Amino acid sequence: MSKAKKLVYILISFLLSVMIASAIIAFSGYSPSEAYSAMISGAFGSTYNLAQTIGTSIPLIFAGLAMAAGAKTGIFNIGIEGQILMGALPAAIAGHYIKGIPAVLHIPLCILLAAVCGGLWALLAALIKNRLHISEVIITIMLNYVALYLVEYLVNYPFKSEGMIVRTEEIQESAELAVLIPHTRLNAGIIIALFLVVAFWFFFYRTKLGYELRATGSNLKAAETAGISNRKNIMISMFLSGAIAGIGGAVEVMGVQGYYISNMTTGYGFSGIAIAVMGGNEALGTLASALLFGALSAGSSSMNRTTNIPGEFITVLQALIIIFVSTPGIILAVEKIIRRKKVAA
Amino acid sequence: MGAQILTLLSGMVRVAIPISFAALAGMLSERVGIVNMGLEGIMLIGSFFGVVGSYLSGSAWIGLLFAIAAGAVTGLVLAVLTVGFKCEHVLAGLGINMFASGITVVLLQAIWNSKGKSEMVAGLGKWKLPVISQIPIIKDIIGNISPLFYLLVLCVLLLWMLLYRTPTGLRILVIGENPELAGTMGVNVYLVQYLFVIISGMLAAVGGAYLSIGDIDMFSKDMVSGRGYIALAMVILGNWKPTWVALAGLVYGFAESMQFRLQAVSIPPQLVQMLPYLFTILVLLFARRKSMAPAASGKHYYQKGE
Amino acid sequence: MNAIWMEHISKSFHGTYANKEISFSVKQGEIHSLLGENGAGKTTLMKILFGLYRPDQGEIRINDKEVKIHSAHDAIAYGLSMVHQHFVQVENLTVTENIIVGHEPKRGIFLDRKGAEQKVKELIDRYHFRLDPKEKIENLSVGERQKVEILKALYNDASILLLDEPTAVLTPPEVSELFEMLRNLKRENKTIVIITHKLKETLEIADRITILRKGETICTCNVKDTNEERLAELMVGRPVSFEVKRLPWKEDAPVRLELSHISLSRQKKKVLEDISLQVRSGEILGIAGVEGNGQTELIEVITGIRRQTGGTISCEGEVISDTTPKKMLQYIGHIPEERGVRGFVKGFANWENFILGYHNRAVYGTHGLLNLKKIRSTAEEAIKRYDVRTTGVDQTTDSLSGGNQQKLIIGRTLMHQNRIILAAQPTRGVDIGAIEYIHAELMKMRDQGSAILLFSADLDEVVKLSDRIAVIYEGRIQEERKTEDFSKKELGYYMLGGVGENE
Repeated sequence: MSKAKKLVYILISFLLSVMIASAIIAFSGYSPSEAYSAMISGAFGSTYNLAQTIGTSIPLIFAGLAMAAGAKTGIFNIGIEGQILMGALPAAIAGHYIKGIPAVLHIPLCILLAAVCGGLWALLAALIKNRLHISEVIITIMLNYVALYLVEYLVNYPFKSEGMIVRTEEIQESAELAVLIPHTRLNAGIIIALFLVVAFWFFFYRTKLGYELRATGSNLKAAETAGISNRKNIMISMFLSGAIAGIGGAVEVMGVQGYYISNMTTGYGFSGIAIAVMGGNEALGTLASALLFGALSAGSSSMNRTTNIPGEFITVLQALIIIFVSTPGIILAVEKIIRRKKVAA
Repeated sequence: MGAQILTLLSGMVRVAIPISFAALAGMLSERVGIVNMGLEGIMLIGSFFGVVGSYLSGSAWIGLLFAIAAGAVTGLVLAVLTVGFKCEHVLAGLGINMFASGITVVLLQAIWNSKGKSEMVAGLGKWKLPVISQIPIIKDIIGNISPLFYLLVLCVLLLWMLLYRTPTGLRILVIGENPELAGTMGVNVYLVQYLFVIISGMLAAVGGAYLSIGDIDMFSKDMVSGRGYIALAMVILGNWKPTWVALAGLVYGFAESMQFRLQAVSIPPQLVQMLPYLFTILVLLFARRKSMAPAASGKHYYQKGE
Repeated sequence: MNAIWMEHISKSFHGTYANKEISFSVKQGEIHSLLGENGAGKTTLMKILFGLYRPDQGEIRINDKEVKIHSAHDAIAYGLSMVHQHFVQVENLTVTENIIVGHEPKRGIFLDRKGAEQKVKELIDRYHFRLDPKEKIENLSVGERQKVEILKALYNDASILLLDEPTAVLTPPEVSELFEMLRNLKRENKTIVIITHKLKETLEIADRITILRKGETICTCNVKDTNEERLAELMVGRPVSFEVKRLPWKEDAPVRLELSHISLSRQKKKVLEDISLQVRSGEILGIAGVEGNGQTELIEVITGIRRQTGGTISCEGEVISDTTPKKMLQYIGHIPEERGVRGFVKGFANWENFILGYHNRAVYGTHGLLNLKKIRSTAEEAIKRYDVRTTGVDQTTDSLSGGNQQKLIIGRTLMHQNRIILAAQPTRGVDIGAIEYIHAELMKMRDQGSAILLFSADLDEVVKLSDRIAVIYEGRIQEERKTEDFSKKELGYYMLGGVGENE
């Protein structure tokens, strides 16, 4: 399928999803037009809103790239939710407890720590998969829950800050990522995100290791016959995937909240899956999808404030997108029917 | 001490019910070649619509029918996506899970104007059957238990007979290993796949319904909490055989039942909540090396060869 | 009476014709051979007959009655049955279960296992098949599994059997046994269609032949009116040479590849046992044997994918068997069997597949990066040199024909590593024109001094190309001789496990 056709299919999938979601909204007693206008103005209506949209996309770019990195090697890394957490918390801790070093050292340190922790958490799943030859899907999902409760425990007990709210202590100023537009989520992390987008493309298409990973992902046996070590590559891929997710978690802590608080990253992982699928597991596609989802999310928060429609409607829309984009068969079937009608006419 | 063990065992059975239903659902679906990653979502839908049905009619049994119907519809959707349109099974399942998660909250808001919980509704209650509630030790374990337990036992028996004693069962076994064999012998593979993925949906929905109208008599947001995925692990543990799969649910039930006892002790609740998931991973570590997974599970079969 | 009569059959996929106005008829009670290269349209035609494809136009008559066949179910109802080349069986179920699925004898709503076993036993005895109906498929030999395939057809009261490349995986004695069975079936008035590209066997067993070429019927003729050369010419459209020229073989050429007491055990089973082989510069050593006797595992050991339990592999004196697959591939050029699965990556462009396995070479990039310019130009050179019909280096390899894919892979191997070459099933699924070409290339390499190890299930190919032949059976080398010292009969004997001098 040519690239142009793929793009058309994705657009059609998106439109179909929107239509069905509208039907559900209407069926539940709300007004779709009200919902969408609230969303659109919420996403793009003002500089503030636009900044919020881009800012909301930042963690989604990381989540999408993380999923795409795994997918390119043939792995369904559903553990992104957990890996984000395993990056966020260490960043929050290192951001607070390491004092007296300049930002130019502190920020990379926290990011690196988050990457390593997220990567190791993913690597754990890969090691288990290697031993047992079981689908990584179940393992990563279980580890998501383990990560969730582990982090919850750490936030509630050892690393809990003073006061009523369950969160870690605030990070030092030297660990903060500058906020680009005041009082929004748009922070310097966007630079890191964009850098990773380019790095993703370069890695997979211009390096030998990236070439090997793609071979492993497309045809395991052919790669093996060509002397490529699939075992090693799968572990590298999972580590990279987890590392990207971890960085995403760290950026949320360092650029938006300033600490880790319960449930701050919930849902990013699953959004990441939708984003990667919609983006065709490619760098640019993932970026575009992440921005789209960021707009949807920012818009839906606004919609939730101004109307009575629950934010979970976004989850419904995302689910429909995943389903339609990963089932080109639906649109192909419609295309066939249209073609047959043309021939008959 | 004896009383404690009995409470543990009865807890084990109660926890096992939804898991075993979902595990049977997963097994059946994989036996016809479809990986049902959407168990989590179908259970959620089952638990939600069970409450809706009970709310609208006043009878929990009508609620159960609602749940079964909703499960069948969702199963049909999964079948259409994977068998009809050749979607990646895992993605179709995940999509369904996300959809269920979102839609139940949206409807929760629409029906009860609540952001987290539904109203209390009529539940299925518990049964005290004449003979069983008199046998000494048994009566403390299942003497007073949800009727869905008996339904589960019935389902296990029926599934076992189906697979190993009927012609359709042979066809299922063959389709799961090599659908082409069934196809070239004139079996309508798609029909079998559709039918049993729908039944799979129904089973999973019943499991979900237990959580709401079989246990706490209401629906609360995201109440399935990963059981759908845990059930998939239990399918592996039970080696895709109906009786073993259902028993695997009991193994899990034992572990979670232990977790409840531990919560009483002064270990931080979050660490205790981790245990079921760690347990599942451990279980997978010890599951049989030589996997008896249906060879064609997860693959797409093309009936007409085009 | 005509058992099968097909007229004006046309079928196209995505705008190209697979079948074009084909006429095909088979008399009742005859053995008819449907001959053609890969891609000639035989499989498509048979699939149409068997209800798996629907023709764009055309008429089909079974036993002189017009029929519409929309599914395998319909075909079976009309007495047709397909015996596949790649057996369609479930390993962990029994012979009986594999045969009865879809037509299970019942007792009420339950499966009548005993009755089924009875029926199958009756069939086995009637045709002298010698099988245990309760045995699991995984415990059967290849020849026995084929019997199960044929039994499937007979169980369904098939009167017309379509056999797809039935002799592809059989040894000479097994082929004789099969032909004997077919003659028995003919005596019972069964009609048999054999789909094949094997000329010798067609001449041996068939009554009449229909030849397809590029989707069209070329001719239908009686076997006694033709010969091998004529058939080959009709199949390909031009005269075909069967001989291959070669330089004389040198007995004392240096040994390039040496396998020394290679053994492999898996789960307490001996898969390979004490294999010692030498391949010299300028020779082709052919490994003959029925598939499943350890060839695949031996290839995996030689290419480093699997580690042997004992023994060593040396290249020109240097032991290389304890290194990584990457390292071993630097010494041994591997043309893999199952090219679609092992040879190239689906979705990759030609240039990407061209460097598969060789991408780590310094010439293709340093510091971990890829030098796209160099890679693309080398790939272009290969495409030209090896006559790969493609639109260019950017075309995806999976859209090429089988023969062209194989030429690309061979070009890849020969251009990167040609001191030692391991060729596994190099011409499987490839049309005659490409086969000629590939054989010629291998000969050229041999004449230039390469040491070539050839694995092929096609005995004719092994005999045609090899200087020496080693017969493998159950993981051991039964016998090794110069090709000219082997008779076809002796080869068959050793391939089935015979030892010592042939009586």
